[in-house]
Parts: sequence; C-alpha cells; structure tokens
Amino acid sequence: MGKRNGLLLMLALLLVLIPLGIDFDDNGHEPFAGADAQAEGVIQDLAPDYQPWFTSFWEPPGGEMESLLFAVQAALGAGFIGFYLGRSYERKHTEAAKEQKASPSLGASSR
Amino acid sequence: MHIMEGFLPATHAIAWTMVSAPFVVHGVRSIKKKVDEHPEAKMLLGVAGAFSFVISALKLPSVTGSSSHLTGTGLGAVLFGPTAMTVLGTIVLLFQALLLAHGGLTTLGANVFAMAIVGPFVAYGIYRLGQQRQWPLALSVFMAAALGDLATYITTSVQLALAFPDPTSGIIGSLAKFATVFAVTQVPLAIIEGLITVVIVNVLTKYSARELAALKVLLRLEVKA
Repeated sequence: MGKRNGLLLMLALLLVLIPLGIDFDDNGHEPFAGADAQAEGVIQDLAPDYQPWFTSFWEPPGGEMESLLFAVQAALGAGFIGFYLGRSYERKHTEAAKEQKASPSLGASSR
Repeated sequence: MHIMEGFLPATHAIAWTMVSAPFVVHGVRSIKKKVDEHPEAKMLLGVAGAFSFVISALKLPSVTGSSSHLTGTGLGAVLFGPTAMTVLGTIVLLFQALLLAHGGLTTLGANVFAMAIVGPFVAYGIYRLGQQRQWPLALSVFMAAALGDLATYITTSVQLALAFPDPTSGIIGSLAKFATVFAVTQVPLAIIEGLITVVIVNVLTKYSARELAALKVLLRLEVKA
C-alpha cells in the first residue's frame, strides 16, 4: 500500500508542477491569480454598475497577514490529521504486539 | 469558488441562504445521531473536517495560468454522508469568511450550497454508484472526490451566471464566462483532489479499520479491504 500511495502522491505533485513549467503570456497580470478574484473581474465586465452592498467586517491587514492566516489554517488541519494518524498507527502496532504475546507459539516462531 | 462578500444581489443571497439552511439543520442532527451511536467516530469526524480545512487553504496552480483551491468535501461525504459534510464545510467557510475575508456572510448561503451541499451530494452519489457497480474502492473514492470538487465549481459558475446575466447573450453567455474562470481551471485540481482523497482513505482503511467498520457506510469498505 505504501508504494501505491507514494505513486498517487507523485502523480498529484506532478499535476501541481506542470503548470509552473508553462510559460503563460501574462500581459503584466499577476501569474496564477486566484480564480475568485478573476470572477470578480468578470462580474465587473458584465455589470459595471454593480456595487457590492456589504463589506467584510474585518479583513486581514495586508497580504502578509493573509498568508499568515492561511498558513495557520493549513497547519491546524494538518496537525490534527497527523495526530490522529500517529495515534492510530501506534495503537495498531501495540495491539499487534499484544496479540503476539497472547499466543506465544506464534511469537516464538517469528523469533 | 468563494463568492466575495456583497457580490450577490440581496435577493439571491437570501434565496441561497434559505435553500442551504435546512441541509445544515439536517446535518447537525445526522452528526449528533452518528456520534451518539458511535462515540469512537468523533475523532474521525474531526479528521474529515481537518482535511477540508487544510486542503481548502492551499491555492494550487492550474494549467489555465490561474490558481484555485480544493474543497476536501469528498472524504467526509463518503465517511459520514453528505449532510454531515455540509456542517463541516459550513464551519470551514465561516472561518474563511470571518478571518480571511474569503467569501462572506451575505454569500455564505450560496457558498455553502456549492461547496458543502452540491459537492458532498455528488461525491456521495458517485461513491454509492461505484459501490453498487462493484468498482474497486480506490476508483469509487477517486471519482467521488474529483467529480464532487468539479460540481462545486460548476455550481458557483451557475450561481454567478444567474445573478449576472450577460447583457447580450444572457445567462448562458455569462455561464460560459464564469465556467471558463472556475470549471476549466478546476479540472486538473479536481484530479489532484481525487488522488489525495484515495491516499487518505487507503491510510484510514489500514490503521483505523475498527472505526470505519463501526460506521454503517463503511461496512462495505471493510469487506473490500
């Protein structure tokens, strides 16, 4: 299973890397701009008179602070998943070891 | 797929909120029931939420020269059913609306509908179909997560097209424009989402087989594993 997962992750990584290798004609636009922001541009083209009628209560002050919050979001999620997987992994191994002790004939044959 | 704060006309914002609300209510009930029946599944529920949390924070480059993020809703939908994922997805979207100014409170209903309702329902439906047709588990999970992700972005495109029809070509015309921005960019990212979801399901079936078996949806998983 480890090998298969490794292969799947390599494939995912490749899909992330391919676009980075393409030379896009950006016309001075920011490369890899967010699709959400682009959609905002399309709205402004379609309805130039549209005025957003509500604004966020709070916005991260600046791009760096936004990056910080995105990183915190990812770190919290990844931390929890790592904790859970580590715990499950350890538990499975402890249980396997116990089972081996419980049936000494099996334990002896593996030594 | 985040529609920015204030970027849907009030009538649309209210309508999407009303459409989404019952799903959230049903989801809260379904989570309560699942956790009462299987207290050991609580941590796994956390994993499903955390997965969407991480994966929706990462903007990935696409072959269209723009970037977008994954949704991570396929995993929770497969493990806990679609409306349970609605609740988790709503929490993620609320966090992003309040702390990151990504999406917004007025557009929360619409964003929940796209990411936390349509995505999980499509994912769950495809997963069930795959299981019925006896596809290999990895294929069912891959198709569920990838198509659920794509469905979310198509939904966002439709929502924006309904709100902002093209002055000459109408809703269809503006749908084409929004779909170019969202859906096309999303195709390679949806494949990535499918691949990563298969990896995490593989790991879970190996190390958390007991929790998975406790959840009804996953009895079939256990048999296959």
